[in-house]
Amino acid sequence: MKAVELKNIVKTYALKKSSVTAVDDVSFSVEEGEIFGLIGPDGAGKTSIFRILTTLLLADKGNAKVLCNDVVKDWKTIRDIVGYMPGRFSLYQDLTVEENLDFFATIFNTTIQENYDLVADIYKQLEPFKTRRAGKLSGGMKQKLALSCALIHKPKILFLDEPTTGVDPVSRKEFWEILKRLKKQGITILVSTPYMDEAKLCDRIALMQKGKIMTIDTPEAIVNQFGKNLYAVHSESMFKLLNDLRSFTKTESCFAFGENHHLTLKEECTTELEKYLLASGHNNATIKKLEPGIEDCFMQLMKK
Amino acid sequence: MKQLLTFIKKEFHHILRDTRSLLVLLALPIVQLLIFGFAITNEIRNSNIAILDNAKDETTQKIITKIENSKYFDIDRTLTTNNQIEEAFKSGKIKLAVVFQTNFQNVLAHTNKAQVQIIADATDPNQATTLANYANAIIMDYQNDLNETNKPPYTISAEIRMLYNPELKGAYSSVPGVMGMILLLISTMMTSISIVKEKELGTMEILLVSPIKPLMIILSKVVPYFVISLVNIATILLLSVFVLGMPIQGSLFLLIVVTVLYLICALSLGILISTVTESQLAAMLLSLLGLMLPVVMLSGYAFPIANMPVVLQALSNIVPAKWYIILVKSVMIKGLGLSAIWNEVLILTAMTIFFLFVSLKRFKIRLQ
Repeated sequence: MKAVELKNIVKTYALKKSSVTAVDDVSFSVEEGEIFGLIGPDGAGKTSIFRILTTLLLADKGNAKVLCNDVVKDWKTIRDIVGYMPGRFSLYQDLTVEENLDFFATIFNTTIQENYDLVADIYKQLEPFKTRRAGKLSGGMKQKLALSCALIHKPKILFLDEPTTGVDPVSRKEFWEILKRLKKQGITILVSTPYMDEAKLCDRIALMQKGKIMTIDTPEAIVNQFGKNLYAVHSESMFKLLNDLRSFTKTESCFAFGENHHLTLKEECTTELEKYLLASGHNNATIKKLEPGIEDCFMQLMKK
Repeated sequence: MKQLLTFIKKEFHHILRDTRSLLVLLALPIVQLLIFGFAITNEIRNSNIAILDNAKDETTQKIITKIENSKYFDIDRTLTTNNQIEEAFKSGKIKLAVVFQTNFQNVLAHTNKAQVQIIADATDPNQATTLANYANAIIMDYQNDLNETNKPPYTISAEIRMLYNPELKGAYSSVPGVMGMILLLISTMMTSISIVKEKELGTMEILLVSPIKPLMIILSKVVPYFVISLVNIATILLLSVFVLGMPIQGSLFLLIVVTVLYLICALSLGILISTVTESQLAAMLLSLLGLMLPVVMLSGYAFPIANMPVVLQALSNIVPAKWYIILVKSVMIKGLGLSAIWNEVLILTAMTIFFLFVSLKRFKIRLQ
């Protein structure tokens, strides 16, 4: 049984005069017990897919199933068995940590005690603050509380829409460790993120751009598909370097990437490139070979 | 059931933790009732008036003294010609003028009839009516004194003229109006805001993706405001009886029954508004502008419905507050029983059912 199955899903939003296609003919499936990541920038259509799967939105075309339940016909069943954490912090800010958790436990017909072992890991970190109002928690704490609330009814499948956006790096790491532990308990997790570095933490990922899925595979396979040598180029004048690299005749692509520029070449010609850079006035330019990351793959796919 | 109770408990948490709003909710009716109550029904004392005595005889002198001795009037000036009346009003210092006809005493003695004209500044219609009635009462009082000894009886006819606003109707007691307004304001506005708040903060998204039923969400939103409104009804009734001295003539039970009916009507209207708005601000504006204005303007609270253009009269029929104000007046002031008001009760019930039906139909189980 597939945990999630989408077939040719199309979703358009009507604006005043035009319309925007948020999800454009998307099909994919998620196996039970895996962490599946939707990776893509803002506006890629991630949230729309989550809302269609959680029965909050109706797709214009195509059909989707969550644990064999149709998202249109069997919406009631789906709402019982999924846990959903929306992209925006959506708990009651004026209720305390404990009251929030208790409230969500009750509306799902369960109690904190009943499923305590499931949330214990996360909730232990929150316990010192349990009488604090949710609005006064730090960003990471808020997300942990939201996850606890989405988990408290022991869902079979979790939908996490950008759970780590706006969360500090340490909390992000902790959050992903929690997800790994949940996976061990047999919960299927569908997660979206704009952070490419989180992609490799998923079992499989779908790279999305403008409502379309560019590729779906394991992070390793996607990186292997890169099939080119990637170079990190650095010099004193980075802006000039970018322009110079882009005007180099044998450059295939070049992007600014943190403190380096990531470069792929049409053919191997690093010595020629060194000469070219020297001639362009970059005296201390360094060229290093690099293992491609998901983001490099994303950039490469985007160009296609 | 436990779901519902927890949900309601949560709603009370929201309300009780927002102390400022809670205070407003509970104090608003008191403040409104006192302001409106006293502004409209207050006794007018020591109003400045002008006298134009064209007769200057013994009888007019007696009447003038009687007027002057009353606690209501102070004679600001004595006029000599008709032209000065207008001028005196325009000075803004006097609120009323009393004009005696020439040869008052003689005319009264020979024809048994004499005329006094009472002219009031009706820019403030309520005050003008009150003053004119007081003045009239004093003159009638004098006439009665005279008639104890005189047969056939003398008639001093007071002709009352309302300056600046001749289409004047009597003041309506403010209690029914304030009740109609406050209950609608609190129940409708607060319910709609609290439902829309869930949409705006995104919590509705989680609530929808849960086994909880829409009816349960709505019910839990409504119950707290129902309770608060009951508290408000109690304060309003206590205030109007003990502070404003307005006794409940009819059955208290019936009054409470119709009020609860109106309350449910207002709450369902709030739910309806929440289904058509997406933000708290929109819900508030719609409740305030869409409801407050009609309630104040068209319910017969501020302006008598009979004086309105036909179109507005027809329009006033769809304002629930109109029917409620009629009900309160009938039960509270006139002391009528259910047999006299079943028509209005039926209309309010029908409106409530309509609002509930439409809002349940319109309640979205999805985001769009």
